[in-house]
Amino acid sequence: MKCVVAGGNVKVLGKAVHSLSRIGDELYLEPLEDGLSLRTVNSSRSAYACFLFAPLFFQLYQVATPGQDTLRCKILMKSFLSVFRSLVMLEKTVEKCCISMNGRSSRLVVQLHCKYGVRKTHNLSFQDCESLQAVFDPASCPYVLRAAAKVLGEAVLPFPLALAEVTLGIGRGRRVILRSYQEEETDSTIKAMVTEMSIGEEDFQQLQAQEGVAITFCLKEFRGLLSFAESANLSLSIHFDAPGRPAIFAIKDSLLDGHFVLATLSEPSPNSQDLCSPELRQPAPQLQAHSTPNLDDFANDDIDSYMIAMETTVGSESSRTLPPISLSPDFQPPCNSEEEDEAEPELSTVPGTPPPKKFRSLFFGSILAPAHSPLGPSPVLAEDSEGEG
Amino acid sequence: MPLIAQPAPAESDYSLVACLDNVRNLSTVLKAIHFREHATCFATKNGIKVTVENAKCVQANAFIQAAIFQEFKVQEEPVTFRINLTVLLDCLSIFGSNPMPGNLTALRMCYQGYGYPLMLFLEEGGVVTVCKINTQEPEETLDFDFCSTNVINKIILQSEGLREAFSELDMTSEILQITMSPDKPYFRLSTFGNAGSSHLDYPKDSDLMESFNCNQTQVNRYKISLLKPSTKALVLSCKVSIRTDNRGFLSLQYMIRNEDGQDFWLLLVDWIRQSHLWNIMKFALNGLFLESGE
Repeated sequence: MKCVVAGGNVKVLGKAVHSLSRIGDELYLEPLEDGLSLRTVNSSRSAYACFLFAPLFFQLYQVATPGQDTLRCKILMKSFLSVFRSLVMLEKTVEKCCISMNGRSSRLVVQLHCKYGVRKTHNLSFQDCESLQAVFDPASCPYVLRAAAKVLGEAVLPFPLALAEVTLGIGRGRRVILRSYQEEETDSTIKAMVTEMSIGEEDFQQLQAQEGVAITFCLKEFRGLLSFAESANLSLSIHFDAPGRPAIFAIKDSLLDGHFVLATLSEPSPNSQDLCSPELRQPAPQLQAHSTPNLDDFANDDIDSYMIAMETTVGSESSRTLPPISLSPDFQPPCNSEEEDEAEPELSTVPGTPPPKKFRSLFFGSILAPAHSPLGPSPVLAEDSEGEG
Repeated sequence: MPLIAQPAPAESDYSLVACLDNVRNLSTVLKAIHFREHATCFATKNGIKVTVENAKCVQANAFIQAAIFQEFKVQEEPVTFRINLTVLLDCLSIFGSNPMPGNLTALRMCYQGYGYPLMLFLEEGGVVTVCKINTQEPEETLDFDFCSTNVINKIILQSEGLREAFSELDMTSEILQITMSPDKPYFRLSTFGNAGSSHLDYPKDSDLMESFNCNQTQVNRYKISLLKPSTKALVLSCKVSIRTDNRGFLSLQYMIRNEDGQDFWLLLVDWIRQSHLWNIMKFALNGLFLESGE
């Protein structure tokens, strides 16, 4: 894989890496026919993010060098971020950025061509290649909000940085309400203040949701995407469903698209209902009635069925062409229970992540790529080892 | 030492008297080498040299030329004493480190001799502060015997080009490898950290390169933790000279521009090299007072 990013796009790429770094510790880099994808998932698997940079974004984009298998790789977010650490520097001094993947040496080479002929070469070691693919479908979400990122960015500005979650809902007069979310057990000092922002319908390019619907999600990740979207001057659409169902935050322009999938709280806490305006209090029953035949699934911790399977693709370009698993509520992936078993320990082992019981994990299964990829070197290796044995 | 007023010593009793209109010319330079608590000061007719050492491997020297002072008198040469650099810097910035523009702090510095405190009279807007800092037994400083005749490779760069490189050094790498060569890659900084390796190449015809005199390819490795403190000096400077001698010792010199626009070289640091042959540490030292400018 080889690609060259030039001019102002280097900063765009850097910004994307910064916003991904708010979510996960590992970055999945996968060159696809329709662009370079950068993906990450957080450690509790309640947030997933991906950016896809179209081939036109690059000055040069080569999925695979002739005679080479397509590679994908996973690298430490920290090490990739260190290349793009200073956005000011990227803007001021970097003229061109070449990214190439070398399968033989297992190195991702990022080369920055800077002013004055200075050249920085980072050889980053990467790990085994698996594909991270969340399956989600914005089209299946009944509610959509779309507004300029600036509008939403300004709306979240007053919230304290320490605030973990925010509730987004539609209030009276179809005003969009953002309110700091508080857990019952939070200590009183933080509880003392509730911040609420209300945005008029006219600020939204699209507002497809009735009064009373509301979801609660993590603010940090949302801020990450917002800061990217604001700098690129894009509008952000939020696709969501009933509380507990993942919300999809999407941005798109001709050269790139970005999707953040965040878990939402499964039920509004009684406390937050007290603070709610009457309109906001209603949603849960309404939604549940609306949303499904299998209401029971919400009561069970049966999340994973709704979200996201991670698939490993053997072929070089197949992962994105796979039909996504439907997100329709009555769909049940067959392997559901199995996956959940895997998910649980992970949730409990990660400190500092959102309250595990409250947020439903958007589960990603992880399967290593089968050793025999069609063009891979494995047959040769097998022969060798036989010879030695 | 009792602080009760004693008859003021006559001017001739002082072995060192130095006056400065703008104390920041002194404090800025001292900050650049402030990576250890204590410093040794040597004063000669040429000026004052302040030396800070760490781990017997690195030595940083700040040389403040006599010409920078409005008044500079040394009785018997050389005047040496050791002083707590942190305290000295605190005193020098007693009126604040970022004074209002046009509001300069003036300094008069006196030292009576062995066993006496260093006296600082700082004046700003008619307010005078008197500081007495106890001096200590001078310590012997390292002699790295770095002399310019043994220099093999020498590069002068605009500091701007190195600043970011040093502030972003991969500190998970234990060493910084410096390659200087008459052929490609000319001048290369490499680190080998947890995440992989990175190389920073400067072509010799780059606009950042003020002069390039490399005669022989040298690849030397230096402990990154000892090099990192030099970032402070780099940030303040406008040019940096990088020299290596036949033993692989490294000398970095920084040209720091005075607030009045005068240039002077701050001599900083000579570094250990990990010897390839014996795998022992060696030490380097730069010449005592270097010529100013290039």
